[in-house]
Amino acid sequence: MDMLEKLEILGASAKYDAACTSSGVDRPGDFDGGIGNAVAAGICHSFASDGRCISLLKILMTNFCLYDCKYCVNRRSNDVPRARFTPEEIARLTINFYRRNYIEGLFLSSGIIQSPDYTCEQMIEALSLLRNEYKFKGYIHAKAIPGADPELINRLGALADRISVNIELPSQKSLDRLAPDKSKSSILLPMGHITQKIRQNSYEIVKYKSAPKFAPAGQSTQMIIGATPDSDFQILRLSEAMYDKYKLKRVFYSAYIPVGDQKLLPPAGTKPPLLREHRLYQADWLLRFYGFHAEEILDEQHQDFNPLLDPKCNWAVHHPEQFPVEINKAPYETLLRVPGIGVKSAQRIVSARQSAKLDYDDLRKLGVVLKRANYFILCNGKRAEGLVVTETGIMRQLMSASTVKELEQRGSFGEQLSLFDDEKNTLPTVEDTLKCLTGEM
Amino acid sequence: MFNGRDVIYVYDGSFEGLLSCVFESFSRRELPAGVTAEEDAQLTFSEVLHVDTDPEKAKRVAAAIPKKISSQAAELVRTGFLSCAEDKDLLILTYLQKGFQIGKAIDNMLADDTVNALNKAVQHCTGEAHKFMGFLRFSDFDGYLAAVIEPKNRVIPLIAGHFAERMPHENFLIYDKTHRMAAIYYSYKMEFAEGIDFEMPSASTEEERYRELWRGFYKAIGIEERENPRCRMSMMPKRYWNNMTEMQGETGDKDANMKYLLINN
Repeated sequence: MDMLEKLEILGASAKYDAACTSSGVDRPGDFDGGIGNAVAAGICHSFASDGRCISLLKILMTNFCLYDCKYCVNRRSNDVPRARFTPEEIARLTINFYRRNYIEGLFLSSGIIQSPDYTCEQMIEALSLLRNEYKFKGYIHAKAIPGADPELINRLGALADRISVNIELPSQKSLDRLAPDKSKSSILLPMGHITQKIRQNSYEIVKYKSAPKFAPAGQSTQMIIGATPDSDFQILRLSEAMYDKYKLKRVFYSAYIPVGDQKLLPPAGTKPPLLREHRLYQADWLLRFYGFHAEEILDEQHQDFNPLLDPKCNWAVHHPEQFPVEINKAPYETLLRVPGIGVKSAQRIVSARQSAKLDYDDLRKLGVVLKRANYFILCNGKRAEGLVVTETGIMRQLMSASTVKELEQRGSFGEQLSLFDDEKNTLPTVEDTLKCLTGEM
Repeated sequence: MFNGRDVIYVYDGSFEGLLSCVFESFSRRELPAGVTAEEDAQLTFSEVLHVDTDPEKAKRVAAAIPKKISSQAAELVRTGFLSCAEDKDLLILTYLQKGFQIGKAIDNMLADDTVNALNKAVQHCTGEAHKFMGFLRFSDFDGYLAAVIEPKNRVIPLIAGHFAERMPHENFLIYDKTHRMAAIYYSYKMEFAEGIDFEMPSASTEEERYRELWRGFYKAIGIEERENPRCRMSMMPKRYWNNMTEMQGETGDKDANMKYLLINN
């Protein structure tokens, strides 16, 4: 089969994997005849037609697969063209793309052929060709094959920067229904093994400088959203556990896109739940950078996200007792919880207020979004001049521009906008289809 | 300490020249109304002062910045000089006058108008440089790599080192068409050149082959059901497309606007 055709098949069959980051590890270039380095902040090399970042050559080694997971486009029973790369082809393609600065590295995953062990061995061969023969020092993300021997996972992790096991679906019940060949334990087992190995490795590196590194950019996972009835709260709690217990670097969420008609799944043509995915990324951000806990964002009574407000604004309007916050005094952690103040602007506030008392004009210069923050802050004990506080007014400022537009078009401003209305708002918005989603935010 | 005076400093456009202007303003204890490189000098009703570049004076100013202000300030000034902000010369001069008076504390004065403006200019510049670390495309000509970019800021000094570190054994050229500058990395040495012209040679069969493979991958990796041309355009504005292999033949805004209208009406 022609190389271009292969690449199109094996690129297209890898596209539903959301993770495309090249971040998490700084590695200087090497002079021993090699090529490549890694930059901790990550570099996006292009953006696909869906607006998502392309930083890695994301391909499957093969899309032949023994398994029949219902949600997966590569399932055994699906009638699609199949292809397979040899390890040499993968290595050469990666090097040639890398030299031209098309990519930051390789993301290699695979369907299961013959056995999990055999599949994993083939992946190891491709990666060791790249690392040892071509002396490639760029970024490699490898997908661990569930069910493969732990020793093989160790070898894979020694070659890769990041390693991931996809949790696929957010609960055992959903897995039973849709992925009969996978169980929660067969996924969590290698994940736990990798966590263990990374921790152990971090001690070794401290002790022996030359100890081989194991997945220095850490571990990540992905779950599919909207293929099963799991609630946002369940998903977010699971993510929190992944970050706390398994020390994962990232959890990715992938809005389910129907891949053929299946009895147990949303029918073909169902729109992917992009707004929901977006809200999950926002909440995930709050867990990782803003010091929130899952239970603060959602709870047993509120299992799903508010479609009108992002999770941080939603938290703020439900906790009037926490506000207003004095900008010139409040600790960093408190500033972070103010709508309109992000990590960068909070850092700037803390730094700038050392030299002078800040007023509203200063805040604007520091990048604070005042139209949102105004309702929640004081500067030197004072509210912003001329601020009129009405429920509709606050909501209008806190919602995204496209949501406001949507509501105006429907003429439903006012009725939908009670702040403390606990009834679930279900509103399919144009945001669903248009919202900017890079898969990474 | 410094009195504003209706005078325009004109210098040769080099970094040393700008530092010479700073020196000049200190010895005259004045804040000029403008600072500009010769080539941008326009007819003006203000008094014009031609400041000669003096390497000795420039060296003294350069050494004083990290000592009397901070290393952060030194970096801000260096990068600010590459910025495309129209008033960058006067901005840097004003910033240094303030910095030498206030000292290291200026690092925190983010709400100060001068500091804020210089920071914004630098952010714009480093932001663009970071984008080019990803969006720049090399072509292989018999083992030599060449890339053309069209940046707003003079980003070449900010990105060339990244590629040299990444590919120490390659030889490459990066050409900035906007400012007619180039970085040339040849047999383990980096050189910068200004005022030069460069045209990409035509591609070999093998080069064409890899371009075709990359375009094929680019098309395959996008998810149709999530198509989002406006998002793509905001992450990767159209002005970058011209020199990106995979964007040849893509028609951005027309499609995007049409789709947006269709969905919204």
